[in-house]
Amino acid sequence: MSEIPLTHILFVSTALFFIGMYGLFTRRNMITMLMAVELMLNSVNINFVAFNKYLFPENLDGVFFTIFIITIAAAEAAVAIAIIINLYRSHHSIDVEDATEMKW
Amino acid sequence: MSASVIIFYIIAAFILGTGILAVTTRKIFRAAIWLLFSLIGIAGLYFLLEMNFIAAVQIVVYVGGIVVLIIFSIFLTQKSGKEMQKPILVRQLFSAVATVIGFALVWLLISHNSFATNSTSIVDVNVANIGTQLLSTGEHGFILPFELVSILLLAAMIGCIVIAMKTKQEQL
Repeated sequence: MSEIPLTHILFVSTALFFIGMYGLFTRRNMITMLMAVELMLNSVNINFVAFNKYLFPENLDGVFFTIFIITIAAAEAAVAIAIIINLYRSHHSIDVEDATEMKW
Repeated sequence: MSASVIIFYIIAAFILGTGILAVTTRKIFRAAIWLLFSLIGIAGLYFLLEMNFIAAVQIVVYVGGIVVLIIFSIFLTQKSGKEMQKPILVRQLFSAVATVIGFALVWLLISHNSFATNSTSIVDVNVANIGTQLLSTGEHGFILPFELVSILLLAAMIGCIVIAMKTKQEQL
């Protein structure tokens, strides 16, 4: 698949990262913000896989980094959703503007 | 232009289109479904790059795990048919400007950098190779991060249970 230029794959991953960033900036609902973070993590994974495929095909480091990122993203999503559900129980809202107790 | 290049552009357009819809749609359940499609598109991209194991992990963990978890939490906390309120126009405008400028900067760096692709001594990315190298203690072995991640997963699991556990009402 080396006829696809590397920069085009990097274009996709960069665009996806900034789409996720836009979502993180505009959304005020915690679950949708979590979704935006997942998009950003996925764009990083695309980068690792593409670099491993094109620049360093003699070892597998990019593949391992991708596997570890996916694992940590799963753990992060689980903890975040536990926190969100707990927040919903005490505040009856998961809007970030409503959770201001710890605001300094 | 061969078939795989055309398929790549179709997949790329699919990923970006569904990604944009996932962050802009105002119905939260639809946002989750668009995110699901975007993640499936990314798995397709991994298949196209001949990283079959990563693609399988992507489908199992993201599509089968995280998105289902997100959908369940939407059902538990939101009225999923209701539209979310529109973000403030100023915030929308400034986020769009910030993301466009950031994208332009990164794209400038990428397009001015020439990546020296090499195709010498390609390692076969199959499950046997990945497993052997992941658990090897020698050079390029990843046994220590593997163990660390396993402890992290255990900690996350216990942490989730502790956070989400309902405290028992005190008996009067």
